[in-house]
Amino acid sequence: MKILTKWLRSYLSDFAVSDAQLAEDLTLRGIAVEGVYDLGPGNGSLFEMDITTNRVDAMNHYGIAREAAAIYGIELKPLDVALPEFRPSAKPFSVAIQAEDVCGRFTARVLRGITIGQSRDWFPGAEIATYFGLLEQKKISSAVDATNFAWLAMGQPTHAFDLDKIEGGIIVRRARKGENLKTLDGLERTLDPEDLIIADHAKPLGLAGVMGGWDTMITSATTNVLVEAAWFEPMAVRRTARRHGLHTDASHRFERGADFNAAPVASALVSRILLANGGWLEGNLVDVRVAAVESRAVRRPPVHLALSEVHRILGKTENEEGITAATVENFLTALGCQCTPAQAAGPAWNVVLPSWRLDIEREIDLIEEVARVYGYNRFANTLPVFGEGVKSLPLAESESAVRLTLLAAGFHEAIASTFCSAAEAALTAPQPGLVVPLGNPLSEEAGVLRPSLIPGILTMVAGNLHRDVSDVRLFVLGTAFSGTTERVEERPALAFAAVGTLPEQSALHSPRAIEFQDVKGVVEQVLSRFQTRTVYFDRFESDAGLTPAWLHPYRAARVVADGLTVGWFGQLHPNEAGARKLKEPVLLGELYLDRLCKLPLRKPSAREISRFQTVRRDFSLVLEKSVTWEMIDQSLTALAIPEIVEWRAREIFHDARLGAREYSLLLGVTFQASDRTLREEELQDFRAQIVSAVAKTGAHLRA
Amino acid sequence: MTTDAIPNLSAFDDNSLDRAFVALKQQAGDEAASLTTPDSVEAFRLGWLGRKQGRLNEVSSRWLKAAPPEAKKALGQRFNDLKKHVEDLLAAAEGAGPNDAALAAEAVDITLPGSRRLTGAEHPITRTLNEIVSVFAALGYSVGVGPEVETDFYNFESMNFPPGHPARDTQDTLVIANQERRPLRDRLLLRTHTSPVQMRTMEQQPPPVRIVIPGKVHRNEADDATHSSTFHQVEGLCVDTNITFSDLKGTLDHAMKALFGSSVKTRFFPSFFPFTEPSADVQISCIFCGGKGCRKCKHSGWIELLGCGMVDPAVFAFAAEKQPAYDPKKISGFAFGMGVERIAMMKYGVSDIGQFFAGDMRFLGQFA
Repeated sequence: MKILTKWLRSYLSDFAVSDAQLAEDLTLRGIAVEGVYDLGPGNGSLFEMDITTNRVDAMNHYGIAREAAAIYGIELKPLDVALPEFRPSAKPFSVAIQAEDVCGRFTARVLRGITIGQSRDWFPGAEIATYFGLLEQKKISSAVDATNFAWLAMGQPTHAFDLDKIEGGIIVRRARKGENLKTLDGLERTLDPEDLIIADHAKPLGLAGVMGGWDTMITSATTNVLVEAAWFEPMAVRRTARRHGLHTDASHRFERGADFNAAPVASALVSRILLANGGWLEGNLVDVRVAAVESRAVRRPPVHLALSEVHRILGKTENEEGITAATVENFLTALGCQCTPAQAAGPAWNVVLPSWRLDIEREIDLIEEVARVYGYNRFANTLPVFGEGVKSLPLAESESAVRLTLLAAGFHEAIASTFCSAAEAALTAPQPGLVVPLGNPLSEEAGVLRPSLIPGILTMVAGNLHRDVSDVRLFVLGTAFSGTTERVEERPALAFAAVGTLPEQSALHSPRAIEFQDVKGVVEQVLSRFQTRTVYFDRFESDAGLTPAWLHPYRAARVVADGLTVGWFGQLHPNEAGARKLKEPVLLGELYLDRLCKLPLRKPSAREISRFQTVRRDFSLVLEKSVTWEMIDQSLTALAIPEIVEWRAREIFHDARLGAREYSLLLGVTFQASDRTLREEELQDFRAQIVSAVAKTGAHLRA
Repeated sequence: MTTDAIPNLSAFDDNSLDRAFVALKQQAGDEAASLTTPDSVEAFRLGWLGRKQGRLNEVSSRWLKAAPPEAKKALGQRFNDLKKHVEDLLAAAEGAGPNDAALAAEAVDITLPGSRRLTGAEHPITRTLNEIVSVFAALGYSVGVGPEVETDFYNFESMNFPPGHPARDTQDTLVIANQERRPLRDRLLLRTHTSPVQMRTMEQQPPPVRIVIPGKVHRNEADDATHSSTFHQVEGLCVDTNITFSDLKGTLDHAMKALFGSSVKTRFFPSFFPFTEPSADVQISCIFCGGKGCRKCKHSGWIELLGCGMVDPAVFAFAAEKQPAYDPKKISGFAFGMGVERIAMMKYGVSDIGQFFAGDMRFLGQFA
């Protein structure tokens, strides 16, 4: 919306503040001036305004002048609505409101002997040519320009009819089925029985509060004019406008609530201008009001306001004196309220609200007005006194431990889409079928809530590879959704994916490709952050249907901690990789943090470190391919020899000399006693026990 | 290392002895000069001073034993002299360590980049979010979270959005399918702001309340360089007796200084939100130009950063249905909310909001 300061100033007495200062002061009081353009000497400035929709009353020159008057404590001149004496009419013009629920007021004024022509600066206060020129507002005809002038001046829509085209009188009613109306934009419209229209005794004349009709349009031949100014129910106008795909100045205002009392004023403004070019008024203003609407819109009960409440809500000001009773009264009076002192312990008022401020209804609204006009930045910066302890989220620490582990392992954190396609959901949902579709998805690829973080991370992996970023290590912490459209379950999850080489950069050593055991290591490290009794990894027969479909059935592992499945990881199923055109193997996994984080975080506890020498012995074993590390591991555990403090698989060989059925494992075992140096005989004995223990798996020492 | 055997001495006159010992000294000196490694020093020590095969031992066993009694003293003096000489050479060789040439052979190219174990980068949104949360934690705020799929009641109704409010339109809000037949307040949607957690918290807990709520939210919005259908917010709520608008100002002024530096100024101006009254938008002085005006602040010197206000009594009325202590005549409070992406974009100079959600390794790696 555009505002001329030259026009605005015509409504203010003794107003000396510069345009730039005015723009800033208005902006800081919620009447935002987005741009200030100098229009040259004597022309003032043009303000480009951005006014929030709750302040439709300020979307015009007089409304903003009222704000300025309140801010600076200066006088706002009343609008000059003096009209010449009317000539008596034989009978008053006939106006009937049939749709009383949606039209609260209809005023009609008859002007005769009018000459339609070019607009000019008619008289002081009606400088149409000058103002429209500065606003670059197109001039159409003296009648249309007059209604536009009233609109820009005070924000009340009006309409001028060619009186001679009206048959009988005005009826405000709903349209009848099958009725048609050609509107001012030249379109022939079929009316809906819900449409609110202005009609005469024979036909529809216009869409009430939205747009006038073609047939009763003012033309250069028009001599007799009917000026309409009315009040319509916001929802009725909104529905009519929507139905016909129209958004006009008039509908904009009526949809947001017009000023019930503004109709006669706007009618007078328009009539004064039309009469400036000759003609006369016939009869007095016809003003039909619906009492029920009037009492709701205008005769609202006064609102009680106490100064103590103002202080309780707003607090301290920078100025010692602060907000006094006089401050409150002055501001509210300037905004159009009537303040009557009320019975109370301290200063208080019963405040009658202005008809144009439908956004004010309650005491708090008045307090806001006081704060706004006073200026938000004149309040002090104080801090509330806090005495409470701070609680953090139950999962925060666990989630942070997981995040730090992944970061340390060289994975970047990513944030993935909350949505995925139905096909991706079917592939990755941990509980098949419990997938929640959106009613208005952004796209088909984002049609459902993600049941797993896997689709999102796969999309990002593919994005990197397609951009020729060959080393990808990403993780996502986020919410996975399951359930139905009746009830949606949310659970926290972690997904990670890796392609390419290990997160090491060296000029001296060649990089090594990331493999299954690397991501297993990451999972183990994550699990080691938690206090667990048992952790194991397993997988199912490929035809059991228990392995997630997105995983390679022979390179996948389920993660089980304390008896609960906490996730799956492994290599992306080659079919999936193929579908996404991924040539490199993708290692990825998902951990169910809702389950994992039920486990307490591991609390480190120190143990005595033996001061006696450690001894390491390596065992070069030959095993059948079917013998897994887990079996060797368990056989050493079963020995339960306290002096065996650690063992690990140091190396795996697949040696051609062993044939296809066997492989070789270098088992490194560390011995240490807490109370003595181990003697050679003891070591020999342990060694023999180990060899015999692993022999039960079929393993034997390599010759 | 010489392995020459010690010759037998045929004459024991002074001249002969001198000649023989000078030759040995010379030999020891030559050998010592070429000692470069700890191993060679050890070999030198064994070769001369070793108890079994050391040359000095041999000199002693061959020459001293064979010497006539009158020459023993002269020979003994020269022997001791030689021994001291060898010991000095050895001490010098041990003390000096490897010589420069040997060290030079071990030179590395220090200009080659260091071998690095790469660590991952926390997402800039997580980082910014945590930063904001910790500023408020230090002011006594606990952290609250809530579901991403919300009911209309928590997202709109209890936040005082009237039934016909445009935000409720499916053009603005992403909704779960098949909600049309359910009562309006039960309909499920993707929360459009973190504000519903305000109500969820108040329903659970009587005042005082001080919480800060980080979270992911969604709008039905076309993505462009500065808008994303997915984004993150941090919401704050403070309710107690005597919480005032000036407390809101002071709290946010402090928080902005903590986040952007102590020289940052704030200014507040009226705005409109259904769930607060009075409502305010907060601007901070431009962190790029210090308020002088630049391209980033559109030459205004100010950057709009968050929305806030005093909790609307209508919101308290909803909370009071479950917790009667939320009587707007007795308590008051403020709420604020800010977009995390916008702050992160400013802090880290990100020009396209879409980068936060693309998972591009090259983008994310910058935050390691």
